[in-house]
Amino acid sequence: MEPSTRDASASSSYSLIASDQYPDDFVLSDEEREAIEQEKGHFENPRAASIEALKIVQKRRGWVPDGAIYAISNVLGIPSSDVEGVATFYSLIFRQPVGRHVILICDSSSCFLTDYEQLRDAFTRELGIGFGQTTEDNRFTLLPVCCLGACDRGPALMIDEDLHGPVDPGDVASLLEQYA
Amino acid sequence: MATIHVDGKDYEVDGSDNLLHACLSLGLDIPYFCWHPAMGSVGACRQCAVKQYKDADDTRGTLVMSCMAPVKDDAYISIEDDEAKDFRASVIEWLMTNHPHDCPVCEEGGHCHLQDMTVMTGHDRRRYRFAKRTHRNQNLGPFIGHEMNRCITCYRCVRFYKDYAGGEDLGAFGAHENIYFGRTTDGTLENEFSGNLTEVCPTGVFTDQTHSEHYTRKWDMQFAPSICHGCSSGCNISPGERYGDVRRIENRYNGEVNHYFLCDRGRFGYGYVNRADRPRQPVMRVDSDDERRDELLDVGGALDHSAERLKKAQRVIGIGSPRASLESNHVLRELVGAEHFSTGIAQQEYENLQLMLEIQREGALPTPSMREIEDHDAVIVLGEDLMQTAARVALAVRQAANGRAQDLAAEIGIPAWNANAVNTLAQGRQYPVFLATLTETRMDDLARERFHGSAEEIARLGFAVAHALDDSAPAVEGLDEATQTLVSTIAEALMTAERPLIISGGSMGSREVIQAAANLARALRQRDRRGSLTLVSGEANSTGLAMLGGHSLDWALDSLGEGDAVVVLENDLYARADAERVDRALGAAECVVCADHQSTPTWLRADIGLPVATFAEGDGTLVSHEGRAQRFFQVYDPSYYRPNDLTHESWRWLHALHTTMEARRVDWTQLDEVTEDCAEHHPQLAGIRDAAPSASFRIKGQKLAREPHRYSGRTAMRANISVSEPRAPQDADSAFTFSMEGYNGYAEPRSQVAFAWAPGWNSPQAWNKFQDEVGGHLTGSDPGNRLFEPEPDNRLEYFTAVPGRFEQRDDAWRVARLPHLFGSDEMSARAEPIQQRMSAPYVALSEGDARRLGVDVGTELTFTIGSHRLTLPLRISSELRDGVLGVPALPTMPAAVNHEWAHLGEETKA
Amino acid sequence: MSSRLFHTSRNPETHPLTFRVRDDRAPVGLEEYQDTRGYEAVRNMLRDLSPDELIERMKAANVRGRGGGGFSAGMKWSLTMKGEGVPRGYIVCNADEMEPGTFKDRLLMEELPHLLIEGMIIAGYANNARLGYIFLRGEYVEAAHRIEQALQEARAAGILGPKVCGYDFDFDIYLHTGAGRYICGEETALINSLEGRRANPRSKPPFPGQSGAWGKPTVVNNVETLCNGPAIVLRGADWYQSLSGERSNDGGTKLYGVSGKVKEPGLVELPMGASAREIIDMAGGMRDGLELKAWLPGGGSTGFLLPEHLDLTMDFDTIGKAGSRLGTGLLAVIADNQSIVSLTRNLEDFFARESCGWCTPCRDGLPWTARILHSLEKGEGENGDIEMLESLASDLGPGKTFCAHAPGAAMPLQTALKHFRAEFEAGISHPQREAHAEPIPVGSV
Repeated sequence: MEPSTRDASASSSYSLIASDQYPDDFVLSDEEREAIEQEKGHFENPRAASIEALKIVQKRRGWVPDGAIYAISNVLGIPSSDVEGVATFYSLIFRQPVGRHVILICDSSSCFLTDYEQLRDAFTRELGIGFGQTTEDNRFTLLPVCCLGACDRGPALMIDEDLHGPVDPGDVASLLEQYA
Repeated sequence: MATIHVDGKDYEVDGSDNLLHACLSLGLDIPYFCWHPAMGSVGACRQCAVKQYKDADDTRGTLVMSCMAPVKDDAYISIEDDEAKDFRASVIEWLMTNHPHDCPVCEEGGHCHLQDMTVMTGHDRRRYRFAKRTHRNQNLGPFIGHEMNRCITCYRCVRFYKDYAGGEDLGAFGAHENIYFGRTTDGTLENEFSGNLTEVCPTGVFTDQTHSEHYTRKWDMQFAPSICHGCSSGCNISPGERYGDVRRIENRYNGEVNHYFLCDRGRFGYGYVNRADRPRQPVMRVDSDDERRDELLDVGGALDHSAERLKKAQRVIGIGSPRASLESNHVLRELVGAEHFSTGIAQQEYENLQLMLEIQREGALPTPSMREIEDHDAVIVLGEDLMQTAARVALAVRQAANGRAQDLAAEIGIPAWNANAVNTLAQGRQYPVFLATLTETRMDDLARERFHGSAEEIARLGFAVAHALDDSAPAVEGLDEATQTLVSTIAEALMTAERPLIISGGSMGSREVIQAAANLARALRQRDRRGSLTLVSGEANSTGLAMLGGHSLDWALDSLGEGDAVVVLENDLYARADAERVDRALGAAECVVCADHQSTPTWLRADIGLPVATFAEGDGTLVSHEGRAQRFFQVYDPSYYRPNDLTHESWRWLHALHTTMEARRVDWTQLDEVTEDCAEHHPQLAGIRDAAPSASFRIKGQKLAREPHRYSGRTAMRANISVSEPRAPQDADSAFTFSMEGYNGYAEPRSQVAFAWAPGWNSPQAWNKFQDEVGGHLTGSDPGNRLFEPEPDNRLEYFTAVPGRFEQRDDAWRVARLPHLFGSDEMSARAEPIQQRMSAPYVALSEGDARRLGVDVGTELTFTIGSHRLTLPLRISSELRDGVLGVPALPTMPAAVNHEWAHLGEETKA
Repeated sequence: MSSRLFHTSRNPETHPLTFRVRDDRAPVGLEEYQDTRGYEAVRNMLRDLSPDELIERMKAANVRGRGGGGFSAGMKWSLTMKGEGVPRGYIVCNADEMEPGTFKDRLLMEELPHLLIEGMIIAGYANNARLGYIFLRGEYVEAAHRIEQALQEARAAGILGPKVCGYDFDFDIYLHTGAGRYICGEETALINSLEGRRANPRSKPPFPGQSGAWGKPTVVNNVETLCNGPAIVLRGADWYQSLSGERSNDGGTKLYGVSGKVKEPGLVELPMGASAREIIDMAGGMRDGLELKAWLPGGGSTGFLLPEHLDLTMDFDTIGKAGSRLGTGLLAVIADNQSIVSLTRNLEDFFARESCGWCTPCRDGLPWTARILHSLEKGEGENGDIEMLESLASDLGPGKTFCAHAPGAAMPLQTALKHFRAEFEAGISHPQREAHAEPIPVGSV
C-alpha cells in the first residue's frame, strides 16, 4: 500500500498509539537528511528514494546501521520493514560493517574465463579472508560482484570506485598498497 | 459466464475469474500456494500449472499458471496432462528442498496446506541431497510463533499483512533462496489481524502461540460452529476443544460476515473459558460467626436454596446481559416478568442502542453485511474508533478503500484478481475514507481526511455534512472555516460516490453522534443517493438485547430495595456502574443470585452463584450489530471430563429455577423450545428461529459430527477417572454429536460447519469445498438470519437537536473513554495472552493541556471524576482536543465516567 | 580506462553509434556533439514529425532491442498507451548493464552521453513521456559522472527542460543509480527498483506501456537501442535498414564484441548480421596455443555454440535458429583447455545468486542446479545427476517461471549438456551407484 495520505512531516509528535519503532541511538546528519530530501524530489513519491537514501547513508558511514533503517523510514514515510526489505535485497547495500576499502571481484563468466579464480585466490591469500569477510585491521572487505562490464579486461575488479583490469594475480600485493 | 473444457469435460464458469479460481470452484483439485481467494493472484509459487490448448485440435498446448490465466470462453484445459503434472511435481520438490520435514513436531501438521499439496502432487521421494538453508526465528509477541525454516516463500504473509490488513511491521527481506519474512527487529507484531497469518501461511511458519501452550492436533479436537463473543460484529469462529479446554480458535467461513479473517481479540481472547478460577459448582455464601463461608451445592440444592430465597422476596428483579444469549435473557425475563427485567445495559448506552435500532429499522439507508461493507466507494466514520470497538469492520473498511484499485484496474482491462498489477496501477489510490474520531486511531493511514474532536464536535460535523447534502437537513451554526471546508469535501465525496457508507456507533456514548449519522443517511436518500449505514453496538448481543427490550441497568440499581431479590445473568455489574452504587443496590437486596461463568466481583458478592456455560459449553443465539441472528453451538460437555462440573447453560439453570419456584415440571428440555418461545413472545425476534437449523436437522439421516473422523484416544481420555468408557454425551440442543460419528462431508449443502475438512484438504483451505464458488457463499447459504428488513422504512425524519459547541472549561476536563481492542472487552481481557497485549492504565491529555500544566509523558497525575480518584501516568496526544481527558476502557478503570467532568487533584496542582 | 574499439575509420554513414568516439577516448562534450549534427535529430523531429510518424519510422527501421530481448523498439513504442485521459508517462533507459560478458553500453555512456540523451528525448517524444530516467548500475561510477555532466550541459543549453530545443515539448532526464542485482535488468524489475521497491519482476500483462512506473505508461529501452534513434530520425528508416543490407533482416548496426582468451578483446560496430568469425578475427583470434572450443554469442543467458557455428550471421533470428540467442551480441570464447562444467557451474552460481527469489523454479531450482554442477566439477557427481540437470533445465524454461531470468539460466545449461555431455559424465564418481532418492518422512495427513 502506498501511504499516499501519509505525510511523515505532519505526523504527531505525541501519540497515544505505542509503536516500538524509532530507536533513538541513530541520527541522520543534516547533510544526509538534505541529500535524501533532494532525492525525493526526483520521483513521483518518496518511496522511490529509498535505495538512494540507503546509499547516501552508506557513502558516509561505509555501511547501513540498524538505526538508519528506521531513520530513513521516518524521512520517507514508509514502513521500516519496506526499507529493510530493500536494504537486504540489493547486493551493494551493506547491512554489516565493512572495511575502509571494499574490493569487488568480478566473478562472472568472462572474468571466469580469464582466470578469475586464481585472482580470487590471490586476494584470499594476501588478505587472509574469504568473500563476505573483513580484514582484522578493518582495511579491506572482500566481495564478489556481477559482471563489471569490463570483460575485455578480465579478470577485473573494483576497489572502492576504481576499476582495475586485467589484474595479474602476482600484482595483488602492490595493488593493495595503493589503499591505506 | 464462459464455457471451458477441462480434461474433456465441459463446464460453465464465471468468465471474470482466473482459471485456478474457476477450477477450484468446480470442485477440481489443482494444487496452489500463493493464490488466496481474498488476495488474488501473483504467480509466485508456480504450483498451479495446467496445460492450455489453443483450440480443440491443438494437442501440444502450453503450460500456464492457472492463477494468472484469465478464463476465456471455449478454452481447452488439462489438469491431468503429463507435462503439467510433472511440472507441478517439480515445483513441490523444489519447495521441499529446504523444508525441514518436521511434520511430526510441527504444529501445522494435520492442517497444513503444504502437506496437502505435497500429497496431492504425489511427491514422496527426496532427491535433493544438499544441505538445507536455515534461518533464525524471531519473537513476535504472545500471539504468533515463528519458524522460518518451514517457509516455502509464497509471499502470502506479507501480502496479507501489508496489502490486505495495512500492517507495516512485517516484511520480506533478502533475495534469491535466502528470503526471510519477519519484522525489522524482534518484537510483537503490531497489526490487529496478525492471527490470520496462522491461516494464511500455507505451512507452519506462523503458528498460534496460544495454541502451543496446550497443543492438540486438529484431528484430535472437537469443534462446533460458534460466534465470536468479543464484540458486536458476529464473526463466525470454529473453537477447538480437547480434554475440556478450548485449545484454539480458527476462522469459520461465513461469506456474508467475516469470510476468511478474524481479529486478534476474537482469535486469541478465548482463555477465559479455561481459567482455573472459573466457578464449576453452585456456591452459597453462608454467614456464620462474622465470617462469610462458601458452601458448594449440587444442582438440586442450588435450585432449592435459590427458589426458596427468591420466593421469599417481595419482588425479583432480573438483570440480563448483552454478553449472554437471547435464550438465556429470555428465560430470565420469563422468570422475573417483563416489568422486572433489566437488560443489564447502562441507561445511556441502552437509549443509544434503542436509537440505533430505530434508525436501522426506520431510517433511510439499509444496514450492510460485513462483506457488503467492502463494496462501498466512500466511507465516513462518525465517532467510532473501529479498530478498537469492531476491528473486523475496520478491516472491511480497508477493503472498501482499496476497492478503488480494482476499479481503476478494470478501466484498462486488468482483472481484479491480478493483485500486484492492480496495486501497481493504483499506486495506493484509494476510495475516500473520512474519520471523525476523538483522537488518533490505528486506521488513520486509510483516512483521506481526519477530524478530531469531542462528541458534540463530531456530531456537529455530521449534521453539517447532512445539511450540505440536503438543505432541508438542520444547519449547524458557527462552524469554523477549516471545518466548513472539510464539510464541503466530505459532502462532495459522498455525493460523487455510487455507494457511500456511513458508520457510527455507541462507543462515544453520544446520542447526537448517532443522530448525525442518521441525518447523513437521510440526506443522501433525499438526494437520491443509495448507500448504507452501519451502526456498531457494544457487545456480542447488545443489539439482540435492545430488540428483546427491558429496563436499563440504572433502573435496576435504582429500584432494588428492601425485600427485593435480584438474579444477575452473566453480568458483572461492577464493570458497568460505579462500585458504590452497585454495592448499595446489591446491599439493599435480600438475596443476590448470580449466574455466571467467571468469578467476577458480582459473582463474589452474590448470595448464591450458579456456574453457567460460556459459548464453549452452551448454545444460544446472538444478534450482531448488522441485525444478523446467529447461533453458537456448544463445543464440548464439561462434565464428561469433570464429573463434578455442574456447568449448565444459563437458560437451563434459570428455567429450572423458575419451575422449581413454581413447583412444576420443566417446559423446555432443549434449546429449540426456548428459541421458539422467545420468537413467539417477541415478534421482532421471530427470525431467530431461522438463525440455524433446529436440533432435528439431519443430513442423510445423520446428525453432524463435532469431531474429525480421525479423532483419537476417546476410549482412553477419561481413563484417569474410570477405565470404563461412558457413552458419549448426547446433545439434545443441536444437530451435532459429541463424537466423530455423524456427517462431516461437504457434498451435501450445509451452512453449519463445525470444522472444514475434505479428503485431501486438511488445512483451512478446505473451505473451498464448502462454498458455492471459492470465496463466495457456503453451499447451504451463509449462516445466520438477518432480522432487519433489507430496506428500512425511511419513516424517520431529520433529527433536529444539533448540539452546541464543546464548552471547554478552565478547571475541569471532560472525560472520554478510549476503547481498546485488548482490554475493553470484559471476557477476553481475562485471557492471559490478551493481558500481555493490554495497555497499562493511563490518562490522556492533549499536547496543549499538557504544556499548560507543565507535565510530560509519564507524569503521574491525579484526577477526581465524581467519586473516583485516579492517579495514573500521563499519555499525551497531539490529536486530542484541549479540555478532554482520555480514560482508557480497561478492566481496572471506572466504567461509567463518559461525559463526566474530571478535576485535577490538589497534589498535582501543587 | 576505455574498452578497445576496433575500426579506426568510422563515419556517420556506416557507424552511426560510434563515429564520434574520439581517439583520445575522452567523452564527447555538448559542443563537439552538436558540431557533428548532434541534437539535429531532435530539432528535426520536433519540427517535422508527429509522434505517430516517428513511431512508424522506428518500426520501419526495425530496430530490435539491443539489451538482448530483440523485440522491435518501434513496435514497443506503438503499444504504449497514449491519448486522451492517459497520463504522461516515463522513458526509462535500461543502463543496468550486468549481463555476463557484456561491456558495450559502458562505452556509449562514458564516451557518448549526449547520444543517449538525444535518443531518450526522441523516445520521450514518441511515447508522450514527461520524464526520462537512466537506470544505471551503481558500479559504473565513471559513466554516472559523465552522464550527470552531460545532463547539466543539456539542461543549460535548453535541450532538456520545459521547452526542448525551444519547441513545445517538455522533457527532462534524471540519472538513477542502482545498488546491485542483475535482475534489475529485467524491465519490470527495473521499474520496481526505480520505485524504490525490491526488484521483483511484475506480471505481464499489463505491460509497462500500459501500467509501468508509478502505474503510468512506461517504456524501458536499452542504452544501445536508444542510441540508434538519432540517426534513424536524421537519415531515415531506409538508410538504417540498408546498413545491414543483405546480411540480415534486422536493421542497422550493432555493437559487437568479444571477451575470453582472444588476443585483443574489445568492441566493434558492425552491420547487423556480421559473423562471429569476423568479430573473433578482429580480436586477433584465440591466444597463442589455444583453440576455440565453444562460444556464447551474447552473454551468460545465451546458449553455447560451437566452432561450426562461427559463420552464422549474428542476428536475432539466425542465432535463435541455431539453438541459442543473440542476446547482447557480445560473445565470449571458451578455449579448448577450459572446462565447460566449471563455466556452466560459474554461470548457474551467478543466476542462482541473482535470482530475486520471487518464483519457485528460479529461487529453489537454480541453487539445486548449481549444487549438482559443483558436485560434478569436483568429480563427486552421482548417477542421475545429468538427468536431474536436464529435468531442471527443462522446468526452468520459458513460460514456466515468472520472468526470463531462469530460462536465461537454463539455456547455457541445456546447450552445455547437449554439446558436451561427456564432460559432465566425467564428473560422476560412482556411475554404478543407484540414483539418490529417499522416502520423505511426511507426517500423517
